[in-house]
Amino acid sequence: MKWEKYLVPASLDEALKTLAEYEGQARVIAGGTDLVPQLKKKERTVKCLVDVSRLAELKGIHHQDGLMRIGAGVTHQQIAASPLLRQTAAALAEGAAAVGSPQIRYMGTIGGNIVNAQPAADTAIPLLALDAEVEIASKEGVRRQPLEDLYVRPGVSKVDASAEIVVAFRFQTLHGKRGSAFARLAKRRSLSLPILNAAAVAILSKDGALFEDLRLALGPVALTPFRARKAEEALRGQPVDGESVVEALVIASEEAQPRTNPLRGSAEYRREMVKVLLGRALERAVAAAKA
Amino acid sequence: MERQLIQLKVNGEERDVVVSPNETLVEVLRDRLELTGTKMGCGEGACGTCTVLLDGKPVRSCLTLAVEVQGQEIVTIEGLAEGAELHPVQEAFMEHGAIQCGFCSPGMILTGKALLDENPHPTEEGVRRAISGVVCRCTGYAKIVEAIMAAADAL
Ligand SMILES: Cc1cc2nc3c(=O)[nH]c(=O)nc-3n(C[C@H](O)[C@H](O)[C@H](O)COP(=O)(O)OP(=O)(O)OC[C@H]3O[C@@H](n4cnc5c(N)ncnc54)[C@H](O)[C@@H]3O)c2cc1C
Ligand code: FES
Ligand code: FES
Repeated sequence: MKWEKYLVPASLDEALKTLAEYEGQARVIAGGTDLVPQLKKKERTVKCLVDVSRLAELKGIHHQDGLMRIGAGVTHQQIAASPLLRQTAAALAEGAAAVGSPQIRYMGTIGGNIVNAQPAADTAIPLLALDAEVEIASKEGVRRQPLEDLYVRPGVSKVDASAEIVVAFRFQTLHGKRGSAFARLAKRRSLSLPILNAAAVAILSKDGALFEDLRLALGPVALTPFRARKAEEALRGQPVDGESVVEALVIASEEAQPRTNPLRGSAEYRREMVKVLLGRALERAVAAAKA
Repeated sequence: MERQLIQLKVNGEERDVVVSPNETLVEVLRDRLELTGTKMGCGEGACGTCTVLLDGKPVRSCLTLAVEVQGQEIVTIEGLAEGAELHPVQEAFMEHGAIQCGFCSPGMILTGKALLDENPHPTEEGVRRAISGVVCRCTGYAKIVEAIMAAADAL
């Protein structure tokens, strides 16, 4: 662990200027729960850390005109405890509640979880199902990008944390005949990385009988968080229960590409579990949409 | 390496410490302030024995840099007793045999205190969830859960 400086800028502007001065040798730090272990193991080296955890611009959970905006510096604890999110984006609140342990959730942020770019990160899978957009600030200004386009491969995102700062995530809230849910398979309920994560968003017809639209997300079944688009396609316009759901889950398990992993289990097992977990998430999302 | 002077508020006392920006909070607590009650286990955020309270919330001091927590209120296990009087959670741990080797105890006790500060009447499930981030190799957890439940009654 060798860096020369730890700076705590007072504003987003100042943080961006500081990063620019270091010309790629500085890096953003939020809760440090991913970055500190990486620095300890010398997987990364930096000259300067720029602490964004106190920036007001990265705080807060706001809701306006059907649009939710969550600051990148919001902690998992704050997301899990938010009544607003429990009600209008349950999948995300459930995902955040599953991260690590209470101690990790008090420090770890949603921004760090996304930039760290693990294909099954517990907030990435729900955010993908919620079709979230990311606000990224750089010297050139603020740009918006779909979350889905942010990923390159495990551990690598398109956010350059030596020059750019994720400010917030935005998505449409789920009201009326809409609902979401998250399902997680892990060896223990605490401090255990997911064997498989699934999130579902269901948008139902007025009478609650048909899927008007839906979004299904899974991880880790590919190098990046995965949308089961073929399964979604198969279910659009179909009844919310019955054969079509069973068939769609089979399609999802076929389009997913889980790999055998000594910690997570065999590909065959995890492919089977795609059906089970996605089925559970979808069922609860539909129930929430009807309620 | 540039050393810097920082102010830490530990157990109600303002302490001036000279640290390098790479030092973790657990290192500064143990090696510079000689508060060795806080233990260091895995150093990777997984075992929870290094838990301290930061503005009342349990956090891992092995993943927290000392420079990061300037101005925030830190409570370690040394800060719980009032003079000779132990905190009710500490008393309960002794009474219920919730301590064997003691290595997890600072983290467990502080986690239990933080829980009871937030929710004075937790369910057993709530206690189990709260301590789920601290590993104990000795007790099998049952006595720890009993102790925290008993402390809740005593408070
Ligand atoms: C014991 C343990 C258990 C864990 N369990 C889980 C788990 O179950 N599920 C899970 O998903 N994760 C888990 N994690 C990983 C980690 O806690 C999360 O990914 C967390 O959300 C990271 O957030 P952070 O604020 O700590 O990020 P940091 O460590 O501060 O940063 C992570 C990365 O993101 C960059 N970054 C952070 N914020 C920004 C920003 N606003 N803009 C640009 N770049 C930024 C940093 O430069 C760094 O590269 C665990 C970690 C530990 C140590
Ligand atoms: S030493 Fe900090 S969690 Fe293990
Ligand atoms: S008492 Fe020994 S680890 Fe808990």
